[in-house]
Amino acid sequence: MYLSDTITAISTGMNNAGIGIIRISGEGSFKIASAIFRLSSGKSVNTFESHRVYYGFITDDGKTVDEVLLIALRSPKSYTTEDTIEIDCHGGNLVMRRILKIILSKGARLAEPGEFTKRAFLNGRMDLSEAEAVTDVINSSNEYALNNSIKQLTGKLTEKIRLLRDKIKYEIAYIESALDDPEHYDLSGYYLRLSNVTDEICDELVSLKKSFNEGRIISEGINTVILGKPNVGKSSLLNLLTGEETAIVTDIAGTTRDALKQDIVMNGLSLKITDTAGIRETDDIIEKIGVDKALESAKDADLILMMIDSSEEIDETDIKIFDFIKDKNAIILLNKSDLKQKVSENDVKKFTQKCIMSISAKDETGIEEFKAKINEMFLKGTIDYNDEVILTNERHLYLIENSIQSLEEVKNSISAEMPEDFVSIDLKNAYEYLGTITGEQTGDDIIDEIFSKFCMGK
Amino acid sequence: MFEENYDVVVVGAGHAGCEAALACARLNLETIIFTVSVNSIALMPCNPNVGGSSKGHLVREVDALGGEMGKNIDKTFIQSKMLNKSKGPAVHSLRAQADKAEYSRSMRQVLENQEHLTIKQSEVSDLIINDNTVTGVKICTGGIYHAKAVILCTGTYLRARCLCGEAITNTGPNGLQAANHLTASLEKAGIELVRFKTGTPARMDGRTVDYSKMIEQSGDERIIPFSFSTDPESIQKEQVKCYLTYTNEKTHEIIRNNLDRSPLYAGVIEGTGPRYCPSIEDKVVRFADKDKHQIFVEPEGLSTNEVYIGGMSSSLPEDVQLEMYRTVPGLENCKIVRNAYAIEYDCINPVQLYPTLEFKKIHNLFAGGQFNGSSGYEEAAAQGIIAGINAAMSVLNREKITLDRSQAYIGVLIDDLVTKENHEPYRMMTSRAEYRLLLRQDNADIRLRKIGYEVGLVSKEDYEKVVRKQKLIDEEIDRLRNTYVGSGKKVSDFLNSMGSTELKSGSSLYELISRPELDYYMIEPIDDNRRELDEDIKEQVNINIKYAGYIEKQIKQVEGFKKLESKKIPDDMDYDKVSGLRNEARQKLKAYNPVSIGQASRISGVSPADISVLLVYLKGKTRS
Repeated sequence: MYLSDTITAISTGMNNAGIGIIRISGEGSFKIASAIFRLSSGKSVNTFESHRVYYGFITDDGKTVDEVLLIALRSPKSYTTEDTIEIDCHGGNLVMRRILKIILSKGARLAEPGEFTKRAFLNGRMDLSEAEAVTDVINSSNEYALNNSIKQLTGKLTEKIRLLRDKIKYEIAYIESALDDPEHYDLSGYYLRLSNVTDEICDELVSLKKSFNEGRIISEGINTVILGKPNVGKSSLLNLLTGEETAIVTDIAGTTRDALKQDIVMNGLSLKITDTAGIRETDDIIEKIGVDKALESAKDADLILMMIDSSEEIDETDIKIFDFIKDKNAIILLNKSDLKQKVSENDVKKFTQKCIMSISAKDETGIEEFKAKINEMFLKGTIDYNDEVILTNERHLYLIENSIQSLEEVKNSISAEMPEDFVSIDLKNAYEYLGTITGEQTGDDIIDEIFSKFCMGK
Repeated sequence: MFEENYDVVVVGAGHAGCEAALACARLNLETIIFTVSVNSIALMPCNPNVGGSSKGHLVREVDALGGEMGKNIDKTFIQSKMLNKSKGPAVHSLRAQADKAEYSRSMRQVLENQEHLTIKQSEVSDLIINDNTVTGVKICTGGIYHAKAVILCTGTYLRARCLCGEAITNTGPNGLQAANHLTASLEKAGIELVRFKTGTPARMDGRTVDYSKMIEQSGDERIIPFSFSTDPESIQKEQVKCYLTYTNEKTHEIIRNNLDRSPLYAGVIEGTGPRYCPSIEDKVVRFADKDKHQIFVEPEGLSTNEVYIGGMSSSLPEDVQLEMYRTVPGLENCKIVRNAYAIEYDCINPVQLYPTLEFKKIHNLFAGGQFNGSSGYEEAAAQGIIAGINAAMSVLNREKITLDRSQAYIGVLIDDLVTKENHEPYRMMTSRAEYRLLLRQDNADIRLRKIGYEVGLVSKEDYEKVVRKQKLIDEEIDRLRNTYVGSGKKVSDFLNSMGSTELKSGSSLYELISRPELDYYMIEPIDDNRRELDEDIKEQVNINIKYAGYIEKQIKQVEGFKKLESKKIPDDMDYDKVSGLRNEARQKLKAYNPVSIGQASRISGVSPADISVLLVYLKGKTRS
């Protein structure tokens, strides 16, 4: 049978950490544990008590493999709601693999990616958006993303979507009641009310949709591009930011000799910084390619850091860059404040409305203020972390966009003065799209789609 | 002992029984229909009309499948009206006032003249069941009728009890004899019975009603027949008038003061009544803030003075009734011919049936009509024809038919009955049909004629008629799509006169029809090559173009629905083997034994998470 077989996997990363966890879930878990586990006294345990920690050894043919803590969780009080055994062993790659192999030899099967969570969902322990949030929690790269995923895990998104669904459901029910009992349910003037309600719901969905971009920034990092003329100090800034921060995640060499991408975590926010070729008018083909590339990458940036050498006059190229960034999220950095100033913040203000800050990458002055500014831009001003639900999942975004579309069609039907029974078609669609987010609307394809995305051993 | 052999036995000759028996006999099966009184064949013991919101859809669907109800009302109606014309085409619904006596007499004649059909006045007392298969019935006088299939259409007769205030009689509708014997036999066969109630208003002597104080309600100028086989020209005739009046505070006060004498509120009635067809007591209690309720005064027929007081059914005592009715404008001096009463009866919990209307536990036993917990003549007829067809298919060893929710209101009706928990008599309503824009009354022939033809109840000629109709519709839509008009003066003048924006460049007529302010009929002046087409074809062309966007969306919704519907659950499914199901869901699934994941998902108490579990389980099964 599909569900009742016993699965196992290493639940922590394979990174030679001090401790690793191996999990077994399913009907056979306790039996397997009895077969492979010995108490420090050498005795085996026939009946594990639920929610108790046992200290002892994993043995294989009488030989001790590792010293472990074993936790027994009896159904339904476990993550999957099935009988579950968790083994806290040493985190070495080799030892974890050996234990896993022993468990497999006792009849468990290696869990498919995401299968523990899948079982938790299928056994009714969590709804769909909660199950998806589990993936997000695990994949969170910084604390804001983590907070948001946990919020979703505790059902905040579900709560919000349910509220909106209930509103839609009420309107559907009202229209349907009026169709069947026109004597007692009056539809005169109803479109005025419906159009207000639809607007309200739409607004909420649109702000959820907008939050997706913020959500993406949080979970994937702020896509940041440093722009400026050659030799204004772009690389020094990058070096300064990366050098100072210890939490470098990855280094990806740029595709051109003078572009470099770096991921850093700064005050809890992730930044993906791209250093670009200096912008200038040039006939050199190779350099021109670099300039084009710089502008290209700036196009999709969440944040542009434009650097100006304050010891040089502002010229045509600077003005071109000002123009290029005028509709973008940008900070103007007046570098080289350590040198004699030819350009002041007030001079720059004539060209741009953007925030201007003076720094010296060399002396490392103004850097803290600059970092605070980024936090302010991306956290305080735009996203309230205490109340707002933020969309981080592509599937949710797609469904929310669809429900907005359906509600727009409701509005179209209202303005075309279509009879009421027509608007309920689109109201119902909106209702079902939202239900698909929380899993209150089921479909075979959804389940497949979602579980194809679970790609970790939880 | 007296014994006879038939292919099919039908128990009861109400609206369900008539359709069931006719379907079987017309498929050349020797059929016998039992009734407690031959005079009560196709009796209309309650309202004097056929059709109405969503019920009109059912009648047309029954007709498209080859049933009799539509034809019979076309022969015997005395007023006809298309309801909800100000709304979208999905909720247009035909309703006709019947001459009750004529309706019944005419249907009886159809039955009498039907080849292979025998009518028998007798009360059936026992089912004969061997090895979970029904093999016949026994009647009260002792005779035994062997049959390959039995269809139960007992309506409101089983252990019927009529209540009029404190006066309680053990009779069926209209004072007819109740059927008191069959219940015990059904219970012995393991069939779960429940007790429902319904009610009917008083009938007045029309000579004592002052119509001048009421609002006249006329029929349509152009009468549209129910049956797709009826020639519209043949039924244009003089129509009777109905009248609208209202209750008032005085009426409500009398009712409130006497609620303790109403069997319903005094707790005498055990049965559950229909919320959607409430008695006047119910309405006064439920809509306490309403200071008036509509009352429709409708003639019962041409050969009687009796009139029906629609909207005022009641089980209050006789004296309260008279006092209450006389507060209504126009009824001040009324005399009651027949009192209003409530009726209680035994019926089944229909989740014991497959969507084919065959009992899950008893092979070849079928059921239809109010016996299945529904209410209404049309709902009864709809189930009757399906039960009849499937009983016949079973006898003939052919595949049974099931209509799904995207095919017909009949499909919605039966699926609701056999899937959802019903705590009151089930009434068809527009809102129950999710895909109603596709399930219009105007296209029932296009939807269902083919099925009726394949079954054998629709003649080749009638079937070819609908094939031809569809072809003409398609051709006309194609022509409109490919006919372009420019921005010339004639078109511009026309559009201006209709309050529509002028064209800047060429446009197809199809596109013009799609504009909210225009339609197929309106653009005729600029459509130079228009063909002469029948009214029903024009109607289809117009609807299909004007509402194309919405129709497309519904088709998409249907596709989603079909996906789950097509995932069949094997008959021998063992829900105990599916771990992860919640307990409530497991119990329900075991009890209902749904045929598909789609049906399972509509069972109350089965959550989406349970459906996910089932999906995964079934997938695992096919894998291994």
